[in-house]
Amino acid sequence: MMNIHAHTPNLELTARARRVAAVATSHADSVDRDGRFPAEAVEAMRTERLMGVQIPTAFGGEGASTAEIAEICSILGQACSSSAMVFAMHQIKVSSLVTHGGDDAWHQGFMARVAGEQLLLGSATTEGGIGGNMRNSICAIEVDGDTCRLEKNATVISYGDQADAILITSRSHADAAASDQVLTVFLKDQYTLEKTHVWDALGMRGTCSDGYVFKGEAPAVQILPRPFAEIAAQSMLAHAHILWSAVWYGIAADAFAKAQAFVRAAARKSPDMTPPGALRVAEASSLLQGVKASIVAALEMYEAARENEDKLSSMSFSVAMNNLKIASSQTILTIINHCMLICGILAYKNGTPFSLGRHLRDAHSAQLMISNDRILGNTSNMLLIHKQDTSLLG
Amino acid sequence: MSAVEAIRSIVAKHGKLPVDVATLQDDADLYAAGLSSFASVQLMLAIEEHFDIEFPEDRLNRKTFSSIKAIAEVVTELSEDQQAA
Repeated sequence: MMNIHAHTPNLELTARARRVAAVATSHADSVDRDGRFPAEAVEAMRTERLMGVQIPTAFGGEGASTAEIAEICSILGQACSSSAMVFAMHQIKVSSLVTHGGDDAWHQGFMARVAGEQLLLGSATTEGGIGGNMRNSICAIEVDGDTCRLEKNATVISYGDQADAILITSRSHADAAASDQVLTVFLKDQYTLEKTHVWDALGMRGTCSDGYVFKGEAPAVQILPRPFAEIAAQSMLAHAHILWSAVWYGIAADAFAKAQAFVRAAARKSPDMTPPGALRVAEASSLLQGVKASIVAALEMYEAARENEDKLSSMSFSVAMNNLKIASSQTILTIINHCMLICGILAYKNGTPFSLGRHLRDAHSAQLMISNDRILGNTSNMLLIHKQDTSLLG
Repeated sequence: MSAVEAIRSIVAKHGKLPVDVATLQDDADLYAAGLSSFASVQLMLAIEEHFDIEFPEDRLNRKTFSSIKAIAEVVTELSEDQQAA
């Protein structure tokens, strides 16, 4: 199963993902309505052994490629956005372990535990007072002999209550600059969480992205050996934008499938008359293909760059990944809105086969999880010096 | 003024570092000293203007701006190349 080409679907893995998606679909409305953790879908992910698929076979995983993980995200996104986003966020954390922890004994052992025990990894990169820039920390880790301690005002830890371990950023020592950060793994029995905010949001309600005060103490070997700046540039940036986009594509693809079914049903009733929504289906199809193509192109670019540290930390790579995030997060809203116009009141109402309220609300998170304005600000800064490649295939 | 001195004064002016640049060794890690990716672009622009060079695509990465010494090496190399061209 290792290193198969980006475009060859791994049928065994997609079959497992589809079984999880079936579970996720049947609970999606109650997860959304009650703003509760998608426990049944995550349990199904564990049953299908999906938590550790990205981990190399040497450490008990299956060495799944980023493309394969993205395909799972898309399949789950078509069923329940919250379940899909929990899976994506977990896999983004796993990617940092796989990319940056592979040479280090403790992190190797931890990867084996993630695969063996199907552990769910959470992330604590946001902090009160940093203005939303996860590349800055206020809190600092304190290393005292073999032990490290950290207290952080983590304004968001998605599924913090349910995570089996949390990967958390901080400054590397008490005197370090705000951008001199490290990432540390804390296991559930090594920290306490005191809840400060409860997640009651427009969409993505099942991610349970509550705020907490985190207090942890663990062996210092659990600090990842590379600076967080490298981790962010070399594994997080690409995995976050690609896997999020795959989830968002899934949401839009499901909305599109409903809209197409709506128009087909109308066309079958009166074959001599083109249904009024038919043109919009064609338009949405074109937009959806654009999102898909952008994700596939980003996957190819990442596969080509991933063994080359210079390429991964180059501006052209950052600009390309930022552009993927901007394009997919904006386009899915247009697509889902088209689908709502096509299905009309049946899309607007809850509880019909064509309901799209949840899709539309969940999709609105895409522009905000790392604000598009912040990303455009970074990209525009880079474009002052980086010259965009204008070739078609280059 | 040597290239290193010129780069030091540009880093002091545009690097937005929380520490005094005079306290940094030539090979000190500028990112650890607090250089943000945002400020690194402003630094690049100022260096391009000062030395009348252009950073090619393969030099627009973290490594080029990792220290004053690393910047000076790239600037020297580019100045020679781009003057020869």
